[in-house]
Amino acid sequence: MQWAISVDHKKLALMYIGAGLCFFLVAGLEAAFMRLQLARAENDVIDPETFNQLFTMHGTTMVFLVGMPILLGFGNYLIPLMVGARDMAFPRLNAFGFWLFIFGGLLLYFSYLGADGLYGAGTAPDVGWFAYAPLTSRTFSRGNSTDYWILGIMVSGFGSMTTAINFIATILCMRCPGMTLMRMPMIGWMMLVVAFLVLVAIPILTGAQIMLLLDRTLGAHFFDPETQGSAILWQHLFWFFGHPEVYILILPAFGFVSEIMPTFSRKVLFGYPLMVAATVGIGFISLGVWAHHMFVVGLGPVLDSFFGATTFLISVPTGIKIFNWLGTMWGGRLHFTTPMLFVTGFVAMFVIGGLTGIMLATVPLTWQLSDSYFVVGHFHYVLFGGTVFGIFGAIFYWFPKATGRMLDERLGKWTFWLLFIGFTLTFMPMHVSGALGMPRRIYTYEADRGWEIWNLISSIGVPVQMAGVAIFLWNAIRALRRGPVAGNDPWDAWTLEWGTTSPPPEWNFDRIPTCTSARPLWDRKNPEDPDAYYE
Amino acid sequence: MGGAGMTALPANQEAGATLRSPLSRAKVGMACLIFMESAIFSAFLVTYLYYIGKSPDGPQPLECLELGLVLVNSACLISSSFTVVIAVRALARGAMGAFRFWLALTILLGIEFLVGTGYEWWGLIEDKGLTLQSNAFGTNFYSLVGLHAFHVIVGMLMLVIILVLSIFGCIRPDRDHQRVDIATWYWHFVDVVWILVFTLVYIVGRVPQGAPAS
Repeated sequence: MQWAISVDHKKLALMYIGAGLCFFLVAGLEAAFMRLQLARAENDVIDPETFNQLFTMHGTTMVFLVGMPILLGFGNYLIPLMVGARDMAFPRLNAFGFWLFIFGGLLLYFSYLGADGLYGAGTAPDVGWFAYAPLTSRTFSRGNSTDYWILGIMVSGFGSMTTAINFIATILCMRCPGMTLMRMPMIGWMMLVVAFLVLVAIPILTGAQIMLLLDRTLGAHFFDPETQGSAILWQHLFWFFGHPEVYILILPAFGFVSEIMPTFSRKVLFGYPLMVAATVGIGFISLGVWAHHMFVVGLGPVLDSFFGATTFLISVPTGIKIFNWLGTMWGGRLHFTTPMLFVTGFVAMFVIGGLTGIMLATVPLTWQLSDSYFVVGHFHYVLFGGTVFGIFGAIFYWFPKATGRMLDERLGKWTFWLLFIGFTLTFMPMHVSGALGMPRRIYTYEADRGWEIWNLISSIGVPVQMAGVAIFLWNAIRALRRGPVAGNDPWDAWTLEWGTTSPPPEWNFDRIPTCTSARPLWDRKNPEDPDAYYE
Repeated sequence: MGGAGMTALPANQEAGATLRSPLSRAKVGMACLIFMESAIFSAFLVTYLYYIGKSPDGPQPLECLELGLVLVNSACLISSSFTVVIAVRALARGAMGAFRFWLALTILLGIEFLVGTGYEWWGLIEDKGLTLQSNAFGTNFYSLVGLHAFHVIVGMLMLVIILVLSIFGCIRPDRDHQRVDIATWYWHFVDVVWILVFTLVYIVGRVPQGAPAS
C-alpha cells in the first residue's frame, strides 16, 4: 500500500523498472515461441494467426512497455539524486504518469482475454507494431483487437509525456547550487534530450492514433485509400514518431555508458562538451530521418536521397560518442566488473548495429533488404545489444544504491557472457538469412532455401539468453535476501547519488549538496586536489 | 523542496556555487505542456494541409464554410486573450472585484465561441450535409476544429476553477497571482492555435477541389 500511494521518485522508479522487467519476461517468452516455430522449415508448433499476434505484441511490448518504462524509471531514480534535488519537480504528476503506464500496459494485455478479433474472442492485436494502414481499417481488422492496441499505447503514451515534462522541469529548475548545466552528469543531458524528443514525437503518434480511432469507430477517412484517405500519411506520421522513438530508447543507454565507463576506467569522461553537442545534435537530426523507413514506398528520388543523406549525417554525432567512450577507456585503469562488461559489450554491439544502419541508409540496398531478416538483425543489435545491454549495465551499477546490497559478481559475469553469446547466436545469423532473402514476419518457410541452418542457430541462441536472464533473476533475489552490504559508495564514483546512503532516505539528502565541479564527490573525497581546479 | 536548507560553503570554494536556477518549475512545466500540445496540433494541421484540394466528392469547403459567424466567434476568442490579461493585472494589484469581472467576461467570451462553433456545426450537418463521414474535407474539418474546441473546453475549465476558487476566497493576490498568470498561458495558447486553424481552414483551405482522384 505504501508503494501504491507513493509519490517518491525512487519508489516510482523501482516500480517502473520492476514492471518493465515483468513485461520483458513476457515479451521474451513471445519471442521464444516465435523462434521455436522458426527453428526448422515447415514447422507447425504455432499457427499463423497466433504468430501474427506474437510478433505484434513482442514489438509493441518491447518498445512501449519494456524500453520506455525502464529507461524512464532510471531517469526518475537518477535525475533528482544526480542533480542534488529532493524529488522530481512535480511528484504527484510523476505518480500519475506511472499509473497511466501501468493501466496502458494492462489494457494492451487484456486483449489476450477480452478482445474480439478476426478469429473470435481472445485475439491480441495482430497488425504489427507499426500497424500500417489499411490493414488496421475495419475491413481487414475486425472486432476490437486493434482498438486495444491504439488505446493501450495512447494511455501509456500520455504517461510518458507527463514524465517528460517532469524530467525537463527537474533538470532545468532543481539542480543543486553550483551545478551548472555543463557540470551536470552526462546522463542528465541525455535525459533532457530524451524528454524533448518524447514531447515532440509521442504526441504525433497520439494524434495519428486519434485519427485511426476516428476512422475505425466513427467512419472518418484519414487512412482509408478506398475513400480518399491516404495509407502513406499513416506511415509518415507513424515514423515521424517512430524514428525519434529509436533515439528515445538509445539515448538513456548512452547516458548509462557515459556514467559507468568513467568510473571503471578511473578517468573522467573524454570530451564532455563534445558529447553534449553530439547529444543535442542527435536530438535535432533524429527529427529529420523518418522516411528512411519508407524507401520502398516509392517517394521518389529527391525524398529518398534527402532522407538517405540525413541518415548518414546522424551517424556523425553517434560516431563522436563512440570515439569519446574509446577515449575514456584509453589509458585508463580498467576494472572489468559486470556493469563495465555490459557497457563495453554495449559499445561493440552498438557499433555493429550502427554500421548495418549505415548500410540500410543506402537507398538501393534497402530496396533489396527492406522487410527482410537483415533489418530484424540490425535493429536488434541496436535495441537489444544496445539498449538492453545498457539497461543491464545500469541495473548492476545502481542496484547497490537502490537496495543497499551488492549483486554477486560471479553470477553477474555468467549473465553477461550467456547473454552476449546467446545474443550473438540469435541475431548475427539473421543478417545472413535476411541477405538470402528471408522476409520478416513469416510464420514458416519452405526447406531448400538455404535458410534452415541460420534459423536453427538463431533459435539455439534463445535458451542461452534465457539462462542468462534466469541467472540474473536468481542473482537479484539472492542479493535482496542476503547480499553483502553495499555501503554508500561501493564503486568509488564521483556523482552525487553515491554521496547519500544506500538506499537513499525519502528526502535523498539531509542537506542539499553544493558543487563546484562536475565531480562533486571527488572534490569531497580529495579536498586537497579539487576537480574545479582543472575545469 | 522549496525551503531546503543549504550547506554552508567552505571559504575556498567559489562564491558562484550558491546560485540556484532562476527558472520556475511551474513556468517550465506549463511551457512543456504547451510544447507537447503544439505537437499534437501540428499532426492535425499537417494532415489538414495534406488533404486540402483532395476531396472531389461530397460537400465542398467553398460552398460550406461561411465567414460571417466564424469571424464573430474568432473576435470573441481573440479578445478573451486581452480580457484575461486585464484580469491577471487586476489580481496583481489586489483588485479582486475587477479580477472576477474580467475573468467572468473571459469565460463568457469562451462560451460564445463554443456555442457559435456548435451552431456553425449544426448548420453544416443539417443544411450542407457535411459530416465526419462525408469526405476527406469533412473528416479533417471536424477533427481539427473539434480538437481545438476540446482544448477550449479544457482551458475554460481551468478558468472556471480559478473563478470558483476566488469566489470562495481561496485566491490570494500576493501568493497566487503568478500561478493564475501561468494557468492563463494555456488560454493564450488555445487562442494562438485558433489563429492557425482559422487561417488554414477558412482562408487557405477554401479552394476549389481538384479533379476526382484517378
